[in-house]
Amino acid sequence: MQIVREQDVVPFRNRVRELSTKIGMSLVNQTKLITAASELVRNMLKYANGGKVLLETISKNAQAGIRLTFTDEGPGIADVQQAMRDGFSTGKSLGLGLPGAKRLVNEFDIKSTVGQGTTVTIIHWKHGR
Amino acid sequence: MERIPILKMGPFLLVTIQVDLYDRLALNLESDLINMVSKTGARGVLIDISAVSIVDSFMGRILGNIATMSRIMDAETVVVGMQPAVAITLVELGLTLQGVHTALDVEKGMELLQEKMGISEHPEQDEEEDQDDSND
Repeated sequence: MQIVREQDVVPFRNRVRELSTKIGMSLVNQTKLITAASELVRNMLKYANGGKVLLETISKNAQAGIRLTFTDEGPGIADVQQAMRDGFSTGKSLGLGLPGAKRLVNEFDIKSTVGQGTTVTIIHWKHGR
Repeated sequence: MERIPILKMGPFLLVTIQVDLYDRLALNLESDLINMVSKTGARGVLIDISAVSIVDSFMGRILGNIATMSRIMDAETVVVGMQPAVAITLVELGLTLQGVHTALDVEKGMELLQEKMGISEHPEQDEEEDQDDSND
């Protein structure tokens, strides 16, 4: 799913909600996943002028889950460790986006190359663990 | 352009957010509200977010901004009706909504605002100066 404008965020969140409802995820877990997704999509718009999100349902040990892959071709993050720290922001925000998103989901992976872009993958399982 | 309606109720402004806010809408709400506070001399702002299913760090920051700006304009802000799942998520995200008063529903929020303003049930106790702003 392409994200290029901030108006794309709400439909995107609805898609995530649909998908997580379909696998029977509880409301709290849905809210966590969607909030994390919202943070990441906002980052993508703000720092990379948008990008793509891949939405997938996956399963492991008979438990269903949702994997979201955010790919952008933005400037990349020079110091990922620093970016993952609470309160660090190069923009004028609270600096909670990346670390907050990580706390909200079960699995979080970030890969970034300066000048090429950033890919963030998050996974949240149906039962939240 | 789409806007969130702001209702005036006595000395208070009432906002019910019924849709999922995208950024522009939230920023408009922020400036509209502050303008309304200034124009009407409102003493309190009540924001009902019971229909909001997602509050991310941006939305949280807007709520915090509204509260801080209103306070500078001598108005208190109460956010009411937060869904339990939203509250759980906010805390894990690391957002504590500092400086924002909260109440369970609109009714309790109204009571809280009236308390803050020192308005009792008897309207005749209407005093010119109330200096209870310093003790909270």
